[in-house]
Amino acid sequence: MKKMYALVAGVLALTMAACGGQKSNTVNGREAVELTGAGATFPLPFYTMTFNTYNEKGGDNVSYGGIGSGGGVRNLKDGIVDFCGSDAYLTDEEMKEMNAVVHVPTCMGAVVLAYNLPGVEKLNLAGDVIADIFAGKITRWDDARLKELNPDVKLPAEAIMPVYRSDGSGTTFIFTDYLSKVSENWKNAYGAAKSVNFPVGQAAKGNPGVAGIIGNTPNTIGYIGSEYAFAQKIAYANVKNKRGELITPSTESISAAAGDIPQDTRCSITDADAEGAYPISCFTWIIIYKEQNYSGRSKAQAQATLDLLDYMLSDSVQASTATVHYAPLPKQAVDLSLQNLKTVTYDGQAIRQ
Amino acid sequence: MQDKIFRFVLILSAVVIPIIGGGIIYSLTNDAASAFKQFGFWEFIFSDDWNYTPGNESYGALPFITGTLLTTLLALIFCIPFSLPVALFVGEYFRGRKVATILSTVTDLLAGIPSIIYGLWGFYTLRPIFMELNLSPQGSGILTASFVLAIMIVPYAASLSAEFIKMVPADLKEGAYAMGATRAEVIRRVVFPTAGSGVFSAYILAIGRALGETMTVTMLIGNTNQIPTSLTTTGNTMASIIANQFGEADGLKLSALIAIGLILFLITAIINLIGKILIRRAQHV
Repeated sequence: MKKMYALVAGVLALTMAACGGQKSNTVNGREAVELTGAGATFPLPFYTMTFNTYNEKGGDNVSYGGIGSGGGVRNLKDGIVDFCGSDAYLTDEEMKEMNAVVHVPTCMGAVVLAYNLPGVEKLNLAGDVIADIFAGKITRWDDARLKELNPDVKLPAEAIMPVYRSDGSGTTFIFTDYLSKVSENWKNAYGAAKSVNFPVGQAAKGNPGVAGIIGNTPNTIGYIGSEYAFAQKIAYANVKNKRGELITPSTESISAAAGDIPQDTRCSITDADAEGAYPISCFTWIIIYKEQNYSGRSKAQAQATLDLLDYMLSDSVQASTATVHYAPLPKQAVDLSLQNLKTVTYDGQAIRQ
Repeated sequence: MQDKIFRFVLILSAVVIPIIGGGIIYSLTNDAASAFKQFGFWEFIFSDDWNYTPGNESYGALPFITGTLLTTLLALIFCIPFSLPVALFVGEYFRGRKVATILSTVTDLLAGIPSIIYGLWGFYTLRPIFMELNLSPQGSGILTASFVLAIMIVPYAASLSAEFIKMVPADLKEGAYAMGATRAEVIRRVVFPTAGSGVFSAYILAIGRALGETMTVTMLIGNTNQIPTSLTTTGNTMASIIANQFGEADGLKLSALIAIGLILFLITAIINLIGKILIRRAQHV
């Protein structure tokens, strides 16, 4: 029995040593805190990697729950998180319902069009053609408009089977936002939302579901988050941008879509009018309150939130986005965000000078 | 003293379950209220308009109610030719023998397989076969979902039916044999009339499982918000639309999803109630 106690005591001592030794109790000269965030699942792999390295480098411990953009915003409204992640910026109406917030873009991504056409290595598409495929107006792969875009490709004389997301998703929002910009018909009939009633095709849950159906069903086409498609090496189409260039989705062509950004960084960059821009690109944001003293948060908590965001905007983190298949922010977005973070206050006092 | 404590604990735990059940009904009704208020109870049930467009939102549950009832009915039809022979094999023909024990163990094992595994099997094995056979162009749909559902509910229907078939008194069967009845006649005239209500209750239990099955159906049904027009078209069930949409839902949409949950709850309750009444009636005859 004594041996048993000794063993338990030993194990306890070891665990305590392990926990205590992992981290110093101060970060940047203030006490270390725990930060909590929740929201979008799209940037989850990037956030997980970044928050882990941040902690290893002596930063605060950050936990992030991928519960969806909508859930994240709800959590921020309830004041139970330090920040929320969202693929869609808050609309003016949503901003009116809550205290002032600051949007900080953290990285960029895109929606790619994956397809399964045996024997077809390269597929070119244009916005109006994509819209008409998903609206059920172009129903066959050997349609004249598809042939015109792909003069060197032998397209099969088969029916097109569109695949879309069955769950509410930021990916669907970005895709339909793009379709609404390039097709008047799409805008009036279906619009842009996290879920849309697609008139044709079948739906599957999540990127893996859509990719799974496309993977084992010939003649399908569907939209998938670029981070998933790049990681899984799925065949995806080139898309014609506003300047008429055929663009392959890549880290560079996604970053090129950022173009000119407003001061508060809230903007849609689909169908961007920029050279070399992939037209279905997007930002993902972290949203925090401008006044950081809420729900009894300490000043250290507020400082830690800003420290984390500074870190995420730093060159080294932005350079690491490509390793997890996202695209880095353009310099303008980083500069604007650093300016915006200076306006964040605690008890009305600016935290950063 | 000990007796009193025991009694107290007993009452406490007996009361907890009804309280939880009541709480679920209360919160479902409470949260579904705004959808019912907006569209009207019957209009909500009988409308097939499911439109997410902001500012033009309109939700009706009919596509999902028909999807659920259709997949369940088909699954039941598909499951009978598999489950009834198994039940007779185990409960009557090879009763007590080693081969029957093996067969019933294997059938019971099917019940322990997580539904996601059935989903994966349906997705990667059955779907391509259906496409190969030209049964449906996209492979997913009502037929695929019902077929996998049928296999999932076989163990529920079979093992319970076998128990009831085993319980048919030997005297009755021996009497029939003594009068020169063949085995098929004994099963038709003696075993089924006697075990009938029990077998029926086994199928009610199986229906209960098929009604609420979520993961497998979501993977195989194609998830389109329309009333299915044929066996090979895609559709959506009440459980699958909730699983698909609740993550990003709020406001009226969330309320509509909860209302669908309440209706699913009611349908399950009604079917169970009908089953119970029929069983009781059969027992009195």
